[in-house]
Amino acid sequence: MQILVCIKQVPGTSKIDVDPITGVLKRDGVDSKMNPYDLFAIETALRLKEQKGGTIKVISMGPPQAKEVIKEAFMMGADEGVLVSDRKFAGADVLATSYAISQGVRQLGNLDLILCGKQTTDGDTAQVGPEMAEYLGIPHIANVLKIIEVKESSILVEMDMANTIEMAEIQFPCLLTVEKDIFQPRLPSYKKKLSTKDREIKTITFNDLEDKNEKRYGLSGSPTQVERIFPPSVNSDRETWTGTGAELSSQITDKLKQLKFI
Amino acid sequence: MSKLICHQEKLNESIIQALVEVCPFNALEAKNGTLEITAACKMCKICVKKGPKGVMEFVEEVSTTVDKDLWKGIGVYVDHVEGEIHPVTYELIGKAKELAAVVNFPVYCVFIGNDIKDKAQELLYYGVDEVFVYDYEELNHFRIEPYTAAFEDFIQKMKPSSLLVGATTIGRSLAPRVAARFQTGLTADCTTLEMKENTDLVQIRPAFGGNIMAQIICPNTRPQMATVRYKVMDAPEKQCEPKGKITLCELDPSKLVSAIKVLKVTRKEIEENISDAEVIIAVGRALKSEKDMAMIQELAQLLGAQIAGTRPLVEAGWINAKQQIGLSGRTVKPKLIITLGISGAVQFAAGMNSSEQIFAINKDPHASIFNIAHYGIIGDIYEVVPQLIEDIKSSRPLACAR
Repeated sequence: MQILVCIKQVPGTSKIDVDPITGVLKRDGVDSKMNPYDLFAIETALRLKEQKGGTIKVISMGPPQAKEVIKEAFMMGADEGVLVSDRKFAGADVLATSYAISQGVRQLGNLDLILCGKQTTDGDTAQVGPEMAEYLGIPHIANVLKIIEVKESSILVEMDMANTIEMAEIQFPCLLTVEKDIFQPRLPSYKKKLSTKDREIKTITFNDLEDKNEKRYGLSGSPTQVERIFPPSVNSDRETWTGTGAELSSQITDKLKQLKFI
Repeated sequence: MSKLICHQEKLNESIIQALVEVCPFNALEAKNGTLEITAACKMCKICVKKGPKGVMEFVEEVSTTVDKDLWKGIGVYVDHVEGEIHPVTYELIGKAKELAAVVNFPVYCVFIGNDIKDKAQELLYYGVDEVFVYDYEELNHFRIEPYTAAFEDFIQKMKPSSLLVGATTIGRSLAPRVAARFQTGLTADCTTLEMKENTDLVQIRPAFGGNIMAQIICPNTRPQMATVRYKVMDAPEKQCEPKGKITLCELDPSKLVSAIKVLKVTRKEIEENISDAEVIIAVGRALKSEKDMAMIQELAQLLGAQIAGTRPLVEAGWINAKQQIGLSGRTVKPKLIITLGISGAVQFAAGMNSSEQIFAINKDPHASIFNIAHYGIIGDIYEVVPQLIEDIKSSRPLACAR
């Protein structure tokens, strides 16, 4: 089985402040880590490989430092890693990111299964997986809770549908985004750290891609534009109400209505 | 292609230092007296605006813009599982009507499923101009390829300027697929939407884990797409007379093919767990006897709430241990918690003080619960709660509005 796992390096903390006067992002420190949801995707790939054999590749997009998360994937048991990285990809939104990664994926040869975490902790959109599947022309299932069985040319999964759980069979090649807790991710192994420390991580740059139309990448390939960023308003209002039971009750009812609880 | 340029001739050591520091993404690297922009660049342009003047320059290339006059109307995706319309749909219709009024657009719904023709009628009571229905057996379950194909067909046919999709399990899977097909922008989990005169949709969403709000536009492509979570927008009132029309749409059988087979659908067992509850009614020692739990239950039912409480109630056996909030019980973070006759000891407060909205009813004006409550209600629960039950019952909207 040829499996690809998509991973991302995210800031180590989600604590980010905006300077209210200058509007500049203030980042505390520079530590970063693997997107925690991706650990579940890697673990899923490892379990499938244990069952069916094959190769696990990981792909990431980002600056050269993002190789760190690929090394971490090696320490968990991934076999090969590539990084899609180029200044030309700078400022990419969901669409341009999905397109660049999908172009990178096309360089990797035949794949049966692409696995993604359910979302990242920084962008938080859960959109890159499905958009990539579209660009690759393969079907996808999101919110996979469980892998039931792997067959010759398909995989049987359970997906979460809010009020129901659906069991579905999907043909290879396909993309799945997996829920957290699908499997308990293993810890990186020290032995694997030593044995993979010199393993090459290939970098795919703009010049390696099939589609060299610069307008599809980075800021130029991004239909969405951030007009401004601002700190959220915080609900720090405290009110105290007094009155008769009836007065208080109608005040509560009005407020609950306004807050859409009624 | 738009790009950042560094005028290397203007660099000196202190300027390089200043630029390296101004970049929040560490994308500027000093290299032997020159400055290199790395792939970590997010094109935030802070180095242009806040760095030493004239050193960094942003060269913008005017991209080809879409003819916005060709794209009219606001479309709402009808979210449903097996024909059961998700209430987020009505909220999106409400928002779509507001946005449409600014630029005098019609509001459309696109309804994709099996055996749903009759159910589409319901949407006409909420002020939709036209509902486009794709009703095929193959669309019985949500499967990505045929659902995307139907959505695509609707967009090709009507050329809507904006599309709103519920950020449900289905919406979050379907909307990105459609956005990529049209190579257009999609903003997830918008909390505010506004319409500009030039038909650009202003989309505001929390970014970086909610620490920052980002205002996003999609000025050069159409359709503009946004997903919105449930209970963020307001549903319009139901009208007594249906308006608008239903249009049945045809889809080529080749577009109904899927590589996915849905084999079994199991209804989830709803497990009561106060840690996941969105609304909680918490009771404390002010409750005089076990039979008064009936009134608490009635209130909880009206608000779709789960019941929780303090340790004395667990010890009395009126609630079970799994319903206890506090350091020795569970930690909860609901959207709404109403505490009834709870003084708010530290041990209890620690288990619930990050709730989004805290209403506290207590007759002691000095109770420490009032230090953390957003709405502190000084009163006797035996006077307030029965009245509240009546008020909520009578505030239910009538079947429809004239």
